[in-house]
Amino acid sequence: MGIRERLSGNEAAAIAMKQINPDVVAAFPITPSTEIPQYFSTFVSNGSVDTEFVAVESEHSAMSACVGAESAGARAMTATSANGLSYMWEMIYIASSLRLPIVMSLVNRAVSGPLNIHCDHSDAMGARDSGWIMLFSENNQEAYDNLIMAHRIAEHKDVLLPLMVCQDGFITSHSIENIELIEDDKVKEFVGTYHPEHYLLNEKEQMAVGPLDVQPFLFEHKYQQAEAMRNAKKVIADVAKDFEKMTGRKYSFFEEYMLDDAEIAIVCMNSTAGTAKTVVDELRTNGVKAGLLKVRMFRPFPAEEIAEALGHLKAVAVMDRSDSLNGAGGALFEDVVSSMYVGQKQVPTVSYVYGIGGRDTTSKDIYEVYSYLQDVVKTGKIDNPYRYVGLRK
Amino acid sequence: MYNVKEVVANKPSRLTSGHRMCAGCGAPPVARMVLRALKPEDHAVISNATGCMEVSTFMYPYTAWTDSYIHTAFENAAATLSGAEAAYRSMKKQGKLPTEGDTKFIAFGGDGGTYDIGIQSLSGAMERGHDMVYVCYDNGAYMNTGIQRSSATPRFADTTTSPAGKVIPGKMQSRKDLTEVMASHHLPYVAQTIAFANFKDLYEKSEKAIYTEGACFLNVLAPCPRGWGYPTDMLMQINKLAVDTCYWPLYEVINGKYIINYKPAKKLPIEEFLRPQKRFKHMFQEGNEWMIEEFQKEVDKRWEELLALEEMSKEEK
Repeated sequence: MGIRERLSGNEAAAIAMKQINPDVVAAFPITPSTEIPQYFSTFVSNGSVDTEFVAVESEHSAMSACVGAESAGARAMTATSANGLSYMWEMIYIASSLRLPIVMSLVNRAVSGPLNIHCDHSDAMGARDSGWIMLFSENNQEAYDNLIMAHRIAEHKDVLLPLMVCQDGFITSHSIENIELIEDDKVKEFVGTYHPEHYLLNEKEQMAVGPLDVQPFLFEHKYQQAEAMRNAKKVIADVAKDFEKMTGRKYSFFEEYMLDDAEIAIVCMNSTAGTAKTVVDELRTNGVKAGLLKVRMFRPFPAEEIAEALGHLKAVAVMDRSDSLNGAGGALFEDVVSSMYVGQKQVPTVSYVYGIGGRDTTSKDIYEVYSYLQDVVKTGKIDNPYRYVGLRK
Repeated sequence: MYNVKEVVANKPSRLTSGHRMCAGCGAPPVARMVLRALKPEDHAVISNATGCMEVSTFMYPYTAWTDSYIHTAFENAAATLSGAEAAYRSMKKQGKLPTEGDTKFIAFGGDGGTYDIGIQSLSGAMERGHDMVYVCYDNGAYMNTGIQRSSATPRFADTTTSPAGKVIPGKMQSRKDLTEVMASHHLPYVAQTIAFANFKDLYEKSEKAIYTEGACFLNVLAPCPRGWGYPTDMLMQINKLAVDTCYWPLYEVINGKYIINYKPAKKLPIEEFLRPQKRFKHMFQEGNEWMIEEFQKEVDKRWEELLALEEMSKEEK
């Protein structure tokens, strides 16, 4: 039985980091993730971790220092949001190409501009092709649990990729909720120690990292990265099984809520899933066969499994908390639709962009989406597949 | 006593030959000599900014570096190395590394990766006091991309983005004084040096920088035959002229105290340094005498300022 607590999402992330006790944390403050390095530096100052905390002068240097530390043979972690991730841009691609299992907390916030410090997923969606494993979290508990599982996944010899755990800025990062923490010794045993095969600080073997990699080689190196990402699926599933044995909490690639016998469903990520579940419950009491699919593992994308899970529906709405500004729907929408097409599942599907810049997404908004799906089922028509909810007209 | 023959005989180069740097390039002798200052038994982690040195020494699957080496990007050699150094402290403290043996951390970057795009990363790492040495090999322009002006490019130099044209005669701005910028970080050891006089100055300063605890900085002038336009066999003469004209004074700042290591008995006129270089050719055309005068004035001013700083250091005792 774990330890019952009441924590914000940021506190939960910081506690997970404390229990993981990484060798190096390099971070730069940015709202709404600032509290994570803040809490963590207190653990460092009080000697409750062995970590060297590198208070870098920018996010670019935060990721650079993580890359240096991880290459040196250390476990390195960081946290950031929005423009912080944008500023790391160059380095997140380099981190994944060097196959460094760095773990990051990404507290989702709108990327400028104009400047906005509140939640949306434009930061994470921009990083979707960067070669990082991306796990999304509905609440503080999931943010904590995903971090506890992170190193086991990222450091697996078949994977060796960096991993980011996403949670919604302010909505979960700053909301205090009940949480069940795992005992320190159990976390320590579960996470284990890191034994890299090659590392800069190994005095017995010199190592060169980060070559000029030209035409005869880069293609194959990128293919190896893609393979590692494909391999991550099995590892993520295996680690979740072990985690369930320890905690009783079950994690899959995605959560299916009342989906089995549903006729209409929403697909979304992070905190909005909580609101959607309430709406599903209410719709069900009124006899509406509504369901929900909440994506946890966004990278690698569980294409086959999603096509299978949604294939029986009569209409689907994919909700993106980020507008891809491409005239063809959000990033999650594109992935879901392509999975369905390749899986030969033909279900009328619409894209809903919502919650941009921290715009509240209430149960009323979710009702609106389900109500439109009911219309689609009734009429068999979609008047416009690229839709918005919560947008002032 | 320093003896170049003994140093070279007893300390084989830790940067092997066979790399792709140009003939007559000032950078490889600098890297070799800096690394020779390491005690043979010490392990080293080298961080390298993107640039000529990096692309020419580590093209997959070959490396010229016999020490552990990391390159990640252009502007972050210092930040990357600071992470490796933090890892070392953390893992050593936790008993995750052998207790005996010492690892030293050395970064190399050109003036592009140091004066310009990398100055934030450099400043941050130096201020945080990581136990490392940052070595700038300053060739006065972005040579790897084809001789574009940098903030280290001297005034009037002809580069591909400050071409000497009919209206604008080359780069119109003065060179940034990065050594002074680094001295203002109040580091335990900052020095300006060059491969000169059997490498004595460079070797001794490298040794001091590597074995002084904390963040140390070396600024080393490293001529580029392509960008400067001198014959490849003239490298060492160009180095000597840079020092004898006081274009590139050799000095060190030890815990804030200035020491000028070399004062030419006869300070040569700046033309001696400028004339062999094609990038200054237009300065010698009729009617452009004012450019040489301006250049000389600036060299004199900076030299006088340095002498004054040294005097002030003496008075502080």
